[in-house]
Amino acid sequence: MSPTALYVAQRGTAAILLPLVLGHVALILYAVGDGLSAGEILARTRGSTFWGLYYGLFVVAAAVHAAIGVRSVLGDWTRLSRTALDRVALGFGLLLLLLGSRALVGIL
Amino acid sequence: MPTSNDATPTELDVRIWRGGEDGAYAHYRVPFRESQTVLDVVTFVQRHLDSTLSYRFACRVGMCGSCAMTVNGAPRWTCRTHVSKVAEDGVITIGPLRNLPVIKDLACDMTEFFEKWQRAKGRFSPTRSRREPFERISPETPKRKAVDAGIECINCGVCYSACEVVSLRRDYLGPAALNRAWTLVNDTRDAEHDARIAAVSGDAGCHNCHSHQSCVDHCPKQLSPTASIAGLKRASVGAAWRRLTGR
Amino acid sequence: MSAGVRPRRGALWLAALVHRLSGVALAAFLPLHLLVLGLAIEGEAALDGFLRWTEMPIVKIAETGLVFLLAVHMLGGLRVLVLENLAWSERQKTFATVAAGVSVLVAVGFVVRAM
Repeated sequence: MSPTALYVAQRGTAAILLPLVLGHVALILYAVGDGLSAGEILARTRGSTFWGLYYGLFVVAAAVHAAIGVRSVLGDWTRLSRTALDRVALGFGLLLLLLGSRALVGIL
Repeated sequence: MPTSNDATPTELDVRIWRGGEDGAYAHYRVPFRESQTVLDVVTFVQRHLDSTLSYRFACRVGMCGSCAMTVNGAPRWTCRTHVSKVAEDGVITIGPLRNLPVIKDLACDMTEFFEKWQRAKGRFSPTRSRREPFERISPETPKRKAVDAGIECINCGVCYSACEVVSLRRDYLGPAALNRAWTLVNDTRDAEHDARIAAVSGDAGCHNCHSHQSCVDHCPKQLSPTASIAGLKRASVGAAWRRLTGR
Repeated sequence: MSAGVRPRRGALWLAALVHRLSGVALAAFLPLHLLVLGLAIEGEAALDGFLRWTEMPIVKIAETGLVFLLAVHMLGGLRVLVLENLAWSERQKTFATVAAGVSVLVAVGFVVRAM
């Protein structure tokens, strides 16, 4: 991908993540108020289209955003070639997508 | 440091970089004078203490951009920097600009700085010949105002020396070249807009900027290369969108 | 480079470094977080087993740190988005400071609620 495409993807996912993170943090503050339990988490998420879409979008945006971010850090702080950077970023993004999908299947 | 009653030093303790990359600081004592500039101090050393000292200057009035050096840890135009503003307890440390190869003493090799200027297509490419009439540009248009905001650059290399991203990535075009490119992107008379956007949005281009704003903090002309680079980022997105949609 | 003459770095350099380090830390944490949630596939008991472990004070402190990182990174990112896309202002340094302050408040809020 060209630097401009990476830039658009990075800032675009950032803009998507912004409200999602706010909601996530608010939910954390609310949920841990009386202790965490699997039952409580799953009661909220199981069978819920809203939370399915919410965290589905979250996983995709976070995977793209984190992969490009890691690529940019490695580009600045290591001497990896452009091809190597692309491979690391792609691998990390796919790993996050995979783990994220598995988690989604678990809580939905 | 000997001081008089009002704590003004009569002599400056001056440390100047001598030699190439593996040189060292040498000490000199220079008389303190009223309204003395850092360039005055360097010139005093060269005229009276050691004539082998190498440094650059030309206009002495902040126009030519050739006398930039690192003064007490910050890149500055030395001809317009008063000693009284930067000396710390009468001590002043003067070195060559960072991020550029040192030739000798205070003189840097500016080649890569100006080559990057070319690589960013920092050169006006006219759409009209001399036989045609001048194009009239209203000073009130947003584009002309954007040009005005960045046009006063004197190529001194201070921003390039201050930039942390240049230190990290040796191929990064840097704030000065990108600022120049932004003024031309906003020049409606220029013929090479698309080529310029392509030149500044590659691997070594505008997307590397992390908005540390060291260039803004140190620019002696109070320009904001960070703002220009942000403009290039937006322009590169616009150009990509136009390519995608075929408009 | 020569002479070790590095300019003093500004507040925004620090803001960018904090943004970067918090991002790296979050990127490292994310796979673990998703792995744990994936435990739910094996049923409620498996996830509960892990969540009991999170009752330990040391884990609680680590979690507070994570919320702090998330808030810091988000506000740092907001700084970048504002700076690159909105009208220019000289108040960015103030904004970065306020961002850090708000993050601390969020983290403190988390601790207070979790106690």
